[in-house]
Amino acid sequence: MSTELPVLTKKDFQSDQEVRWCPGCGDYAILKSVQSVLPALGLPKEKFVVVSGIGCSSRFPYYMDTFGFHTIHGRAPAIATGLKVSRPDLEVWVATGDGDAMSIGGNHLIHVLRRNVGVKILLFNNRIYGLTKGQYSPTSEIGKRTKSTPFGSLDNPFNTLSLAIGAGATFVARTVDIFQKHLQETLLRAAEHKGTAFIEIYQNCNIFNDKAFSYMTDKNLREDQGLTLEHGKPLVFGKDRNRGIRLDGTQLEVIEFGNAYSESDCLVWDETLDNPGMAFLLAQMTPPDFPTPIGIFRSVKRPAYEDQIAAQIDHEIETQGQGTLEDLIYSGETWKVAEDGRVTA
Amino acid sequence: MTDATAKPPAKEAAQPSDPTKVVTERLEDVVVRFAGDSGDGMQLTGTQFTSTSAQLGNDLATLPDFPAEIRAPAGTLPGVSAFQVRIADYDIHTPGDAPDALVAMNPAALKKSLMDLKKNGILIINSDEFKAGNLKKAGYETNPLEDNSLDGYRVLTAGITKMTLAALREVDLDSRSKNRSKNFFALGMVYWLYSRPLDSSIEWARKKFAKKPEVAEANILALKAGYNFCDITQAFQTRYEIEPAKFPPGTYRNIMGNTALSLALVAASRRSGLPLFLGAYPITPASDILHELARFKNFGVTTFQAEDEIAAVCSAIGAAFGGALAVTTTSGPGLALKSEAINLGVMIELPLVICNVQRGGPSTGLPTKTEQSDLLQAMFGRNGESPVPIIALASPADAFDATLEACRIAIKYMVPVILLSDGYIANGSEPWRLPKIEDLPDLRTEFHTDPEGFLPYSRNPETLARPWAIPGTAGLEHRIGGLEKENLTGNVSYDADNHQLMTDLRAAKVERIANDIPELEVFGDQDAEILVLGWGSTLGAITGAVVEARKLGQKVARVHLRYINPFPRNLGDVLDRYRHVLIPEMNSGQLALLIRARYLKDVVSFSKVEGKPFFRHEISAKITEILGGNEDVH
Repeated sequence: MSTELPVLTKKDFQSDQEVRWCPGCGDYAILKSVQSVLPALGLPKEKFVVVSGIGCSSRFPYYMDTFGFHTIHGRAPAIATGLKVSRPDLEVWVATGDGDAMSIGGNHLIHVLRRNVGVKILLFNNRIYGLTKGQYSPTSEIGKRTKSTPFGSLDNPFNTLSLAIGAGATFVARTVDIFQKHLQETLLRAAEHKGTAFIEIYQNCNIFNDKAFSYMTDKNLREDQGLTLEHGKPLVFGKDRNRGIRLDGTQLEVIEFGNAYSESDCLVWDETLDNPGMAFLLAQMTPPDFPTPIGIFRSVKRPAYEDQIAAQIDHEIETQGQGTLEDLIYSGETWKVAEDGRVTA
Repeated sequence: MTDATAKPPAKEAAQPSDPTKVVTERLEDVVVRFAGDSGDGMQLTGTQFTSTSAQLGNDLATLPDFPAEIRAPAGTLPGVSAFQVRIADYDIHTPGDAPDALVAMNPAALKKSLMDLKKNGILIINSDEFKAGNLKKAGYETNPLEDNSLDGYRVLTAGITKMTLAALREVDLDSRSKNRSKNFFALGMVYWLYSRPLDSSIEWARKKFAKKPEVAEANILALKAGYNFCDITQAFQTRYEIEPAKFPPGTYRNIMGNTALSLALVAASRRSGLPLFLGAYPITPASDILHELARFKNFGVTTFQAEDEIAAVCSAIGAAFGGALAVTTTSGPGLALKSEAINLGVMIELPLVICNVQRGGPSTGLPTKTEQSDLLQAMFGRNGESPVPIIALASPADAFDATLEACRIAIKYMVPVILLSDGYIANGSEPWRLPKIEDLPDLRTEFHTDPEGFLPYSRNPETLARPWAIPGTAGLEHRIGGLEKENLTGNVSYDADNHQLMTDLRAAKVERIANDIPELEVFGDQDAEILVLGWGSTLGAITGAVVEARKLGQKVARVHLRYINPFPRNLGDVLDRYRHVLIPEMNSGQLALLIRARYLKDVVSFSKVEGKPFFRHEISAKITEILGGNEDVH
């Protein structure tokens, strides 16, 4: 019997279901990227399970020819946790959105992150509720005018990555739907990570919140408004690569190269820092004062939750021996009643 | 006697000619209540008395009653914690309506329990605590030890606190720690009164405090001091004996409902070959199931303390998808939070056991008090047409069998099952005749593996169960979810006819379980005028009342439901046979409503929600009332 796996292609991961996102939706690009990346992992496709909650993004499992579970609103991380803990052999991917993950499912999100369960979370952030037809979301900017906020929203938005870092995430990244190469590289890195891999994907909803990210995705703005994090490299950006990010005391600042500063003054990015402080500072870089960073903010090693659970069980079996039904039931203070009714201990 | 099934005490010894000589009298049963402050260790004291009596072969039933607050202000009425236990030399069904003996460790405990004590009952009082401050906290204007208000009881006042400290003079502990042993002094007194040996509690203390030998020593000394105090002072003219009950041969242990339920889950895991996964969030009175199962790691049990009730059930659903025996445990408020996820379970048709240990509601309600008021929530508390099998536990020992049955149905029918327990069963205990391992049900199941013609929503023609196709199985990649499923393929479908079909199929699947469960067996008179119909923890009180009624010549029968959805097939026929159907429930008539709706039978609903189980005499009085007799016949 050959132990070699058949070589899988993108097509193997496409289900027979008609994809029904709105034409022009950023979700198509994400689907395409995931379908391109999974074959490269060299695992049989029955090992993959895509779990989702509710919302446009959460239709994702139907279009993947893997095992899939379209669950209920906000609960995908909890369901994925139960699955991964009981079946560590599976590759569990979660597709979720800004409403699903941070509004109704906020609690489950922070807890899956703090536990470091080995699941990959793809958070499609379009800063709007799409499936319910256009209400503001927990990542919408203040003053957002929507059907539910005709006079502008008042709530301060979540900074997705700060939230994840604050919750103790061990792998935190940001990428963009239309940056296919960067998206695929980021997915690959997530796939390799032990523990929870959290990726925020800026995703354009061309119906209810079109061009939400065009300030940094348009071809002519990308380099000036965006910054790509690369491990071991200085934080440099701009069309002419003439600007950078410097650490000034406890604050970050944008510097222009010239008389006062050069590239050597820039912060050299280290995604493996144990202390999440620097990753948090970077996550706080928002327009208009800063370019928006994409890339890997944090990638640190910590034992995965499911491995720790399995280790505890293994240890107890090793030290106590495998429990038997006899041990289970005939334990505690028992007494015997004989045929003649006599009671003995 | 609290239960009229008991005969008057058989006096073995002649009346003493010498009034100073203690005589021993044989009793058939006795009800003892230990009451004190929640810091006084009354639950432990009661448990020890129970455990010792169990090992002597008595039948027994217990009723712990403790406050929701971990430490309510010391000495106050809300801070009173009590443990009632009834032991007998025959088959009993309840922890007794009224105590024969009451141990009151402080004025608040006396105030709260005295009204329940039988006339001429024994009262053991720790007089050291009857000081002005404590009396005031309990709302006494005068000291009941001095105002003759305890006339009519056999009172023994003893300076339990001071005597305990004196007995422990040589022990190397601070006085606060020594003070904590006073419950064992009281226990020693009660052991003397009811002729119990001390060895079991001594052994327990040695084991429990193996790492703190001075604490073990303090407890043992206090226990012996209490016993000897009664022995030397001849505190009572009479001491009592309760012979072993006549049990069928076998091995027994005393078991609490939550423990039996936990053991059954592990047993179900072993008998099915499926790893057990428990997703739970701590909630009274269900938390002990989580505690219990967390110990069983060497049985391959995974316990997951989730971030909330929703995550608890959701993690279980995820585990079920992966092929585990998936369980979540909760109480009423938690069941409400889980309802959306349970519905997901209904839609995706995977096995899931939801254990709901009911407590007083609505809202946070009465966390530590018992009630049966989640029946309709279990039945209907979800959106859409959402049939879920419901199984009810009837007693602590029954919890083992009923839980195995819930697992069997969940696995065989690929369906979420709600298992209803309540606080009374959860914390109460009784002797459990241990099953032979080989007699446990075979719960083995097979995952689907054949990709040829695989359809995730095809069905077993007998059970209508769909195949369990777990991730990792090549060729079975498929998607499930909460959107309506197309018949056979399981693809999303909004088709009108398909929705009707799937709704009918989900209902039919649950209905078919009726073909797979035993028909009801009625106990009592063939020509009974009244059928007492019960479910859950009312079993004991109903059985006691029916036994009593028949002794009085009343024509009564009883039947108890383990399966509430679906009902056993012959329930309609059974109901038709009786002129009156009486349904006692610890709610406002929830089973009665279901029975009336389903069978158009005008049942008599007898309900109460007082945070405690029915007394036997309450049901007896109701039976008499229906029969048109004198209510006082009991």
